[in-house]
Amino acid sequence: MSSDPTHSELPDQLRRKLLLGLAAAPFVGLASGLTAGRAFADVPATSVVNTTGLAVTDTEVTVGILHSVTGTMAISETGSVEAEKLAISQINEAGGVLGRKIKFIQEDGASDWPTFAEKAKKLLVNDHCAAVMGCWTSASRKAVLPVFEQYNGMLYYPTFYEGLEQSKNVIYTGQEATQQIIAGLDWVNKTKGAKSFYLLGSDYIWPRTSNKIARKHIENHLTGCKVLGEEYFPLGHTQFNSVINKIKLAKPDVIYAIIVGGSNVAFYKQLKAAGIDLSKQTLLTISVTEDEIDGIGGENIAGAFACMKYFQSLDNPNNKGFVSAFKKMWGEKTVIGDVTQAAYLGPWLWKLTVEKAGSFDIDKIAAASPGVEFKGAPEGYVRIHENHHLWSKTRVGKALASGQYELVYETADLVEPNPFPKGYQ
Amino acid sequence: MFYGFSITDLTSIFVMQGFAGLILFSVYVLMALGLAIIFGQMGVINMAHGEFMILGAYMTYLTSQLFLTFVPVLFPVYFFVAMIIAFCASGALGMLVEWAMIRHLYKRPLDTLLATWGLSLILQQAYRSVFGAREVGVELPEWMMGSLQVTDGIEVQINGLFVMTLTLGITVAVGYVMYWSRWGRQVRAVMQNRVMAGAVGIDTEKVDRYTFALGCGIAGVAGSAFTMIGSTGPTAGQLYIVDTFLIVVFGGAQSLLGTILSAFSISQTDSTLEFFLSGSTAKVLTLLGVVFILMLRPQGLFVLKIRK
Repeated sequence: MSSDPTHSELPDQLRRKLLLGLAAAPFVGLASGLTAGRAFADVPATSVVNTTGLAVTDTEVTVGILHSVTGTMAISETGSVEAEKLAISQINEAGGVLGRKIKFIQEDGASDWPTFAEKAKKLLVNDHCAAVMGCWTSASRKAVLPVFEQYNGMLYYPTFYEGLEQSKNVIYTGQEATQQIIAGLDWVNKTKGAKSFYLLGSDYIWPRTSNKIARKHIENHLTGCKVLGEEYFPLGHTQFNSVINKIKLAKPDVIYAIIVGGSNVAFYKQLKAAGIDLSKQTLLTISVTEDEIDGIGGENIAGAFACMKYFQSLDNPNNKGFVSAFKKMWGEKTVIGDVTQAAYLGPWLWKLTVEKAGSFDIDKIAAASPGVEFKGAPEGYVRIHENHHLWSKTRVGKALASGQYELVYETADLVEPNPFPKGYQ
Repeated sequence: MFYGFSITDLTSIFVMQGFAGLILFSVYVLMALGLAIIFGQMGVINMAHGEFMILGAYMTYLTSQLFLTFVPVLFPVYFFVAMIIAFCASGALGMLVEWAMIRHLYKRPLDTLLATWGLSLILQQAYRSVFGAREVGVELPEWMMGSLQVTDGIEVQINGLFVMTLTLGITVAVGYVMYWSRWGRQVRAVMQNRVMAGAVGIDTEKVDRYTFALGCGIAGVAGSAFTMIGSTGPTAGQLYIVDTFLIVVFGGAQSLLGTILSAFSISQTDSTLEFFLSGSTAKVLTLLGVVFILMLRPQGLFVLKIRK
């Protein structure tokens, strides 16, 4: 450092420039405001679109990104961060929101739920973010929810989750449990003639709630079907040989697996090693996206079925554009899973809602959200429901050795989100 | 639960279940051996043990990539090379860590707990920065996947056999080095009485360094082997650390034989309970059992009799 004088001087120069810039800022703001007013007559005045003191200027609007980029959950949340940044840059290229470019402030939740709450407060109270794209696990969402409700913020939450929640201050861009479970079970019952099921899951709220819904559906709504076993494993469990033997003994038509994280890798590797051939034994999962297959290895899971709303291989023009833009920005080797796509919807839905409401105000956005449609979604057309979840299709894909899914079924219509399903609780 | 099954069905399930228990036993021994040396022999509470294992796993991943790119013909045997590289890499890192950090803390064993915990966080973030936050998939050669058909109902997993053989080999090697070689005698002498060992001319610093490196190297090999059955990600080491300490402490920290017996009893209880009950319940019951026995025998299953 010291041998190179220009380097050590740089911070000083920078500081000076910054100070100059700051001093000049009021004038620049005035000038650009004037020119902007003349050049783009359709850009509404800030005083009109922002009545509650959000971080909105004549040229810029600030949003927050709040995910874990360190800690255990970084594995899963990285894709969401990438998708949100891509969406923001695309929106900016297309002219921004109400004539304002989106600037984002990224905070790290560090896989720690209190940290999420603290950072959420910082984004809302100090930075006055007009919206926050973030959270991944239910635990982190539950931690930030009171903060968003207290300080009246707007959260776009991307993950498929267990349901049983609805808030004015959250838009859920992933599926709630019934959207992911019921259509998949119906499909496997109809096309594979499956009558008996073995339910597996990691031991926390999402798999347990999901399996509860699955069990109710199997026992009450599918004729002649039964559940042969239901088991949970601590998070991080790596030894599945005993349960695999049990499954061999029970001979279920379908293994229904909701195992997450590192356990997933162990489970599928050991399943394969134990000689369970997924081309003969039907396995349906709702927890393995293309992201997870990267770690599991395509050859270990080929033949399994996954029930999601999005697969990277979907064949439609929106998705082709999305995949190529994503790869251009983040590298050829990256894969895109269900949640990554749902995260991509967040900024777009927010932009469309703001434009519909003609305002950045949180209350107006919350009120305007129901009915907002996004025709350019990679998964196809989506629409926001009264309950702030999305109408979207349910799809079943078959895992290929290449690590991709091949679409084998999709519902004819959009499935209605139902976070508080009657008869399933 | 056994109603309506034929005798042959049941026999084969029980054989396979016994085999599942043995695999778990081998996995536990392999996990715990490195720590048994570091914690048991040296008294260093190494919280970064899992991260040394994951270094081995990443080395295996890199080796597989290298073989795929440059010598795809030799891919079927890359795993053996990978294990050697894993041993060397983790051992070398262990040596560095001992020199830079551990040797200053021998007189403050509780501080090694904090220091190595910090080290584990640093290593996790380093893996994340170098290899990315996502898990990497380690591809296995074709011959290591699938299972051997012994009879109609009985199938034996090849990677399970592989882990068992490896564990046996490493255990015998470690046992030989620690109990029958000149160097092993020096290690035990230093651990029992550092001052006296120094007085009779043993270079205690050198012995410490190589012992620590050996423990870390074995962790690396274990990590390499576990790419067959588990995940390889920046924080995957955390999955193993609790079980590893449990086994070493339960076995009686200073005894290698204790470690092996403790791994055996825990793995058998675990896999039998898991078969009859569910995964989470089995874990809870096993841990309760361990707590109960440790209340009766705080020193663990086996104790080395030495004059203090």
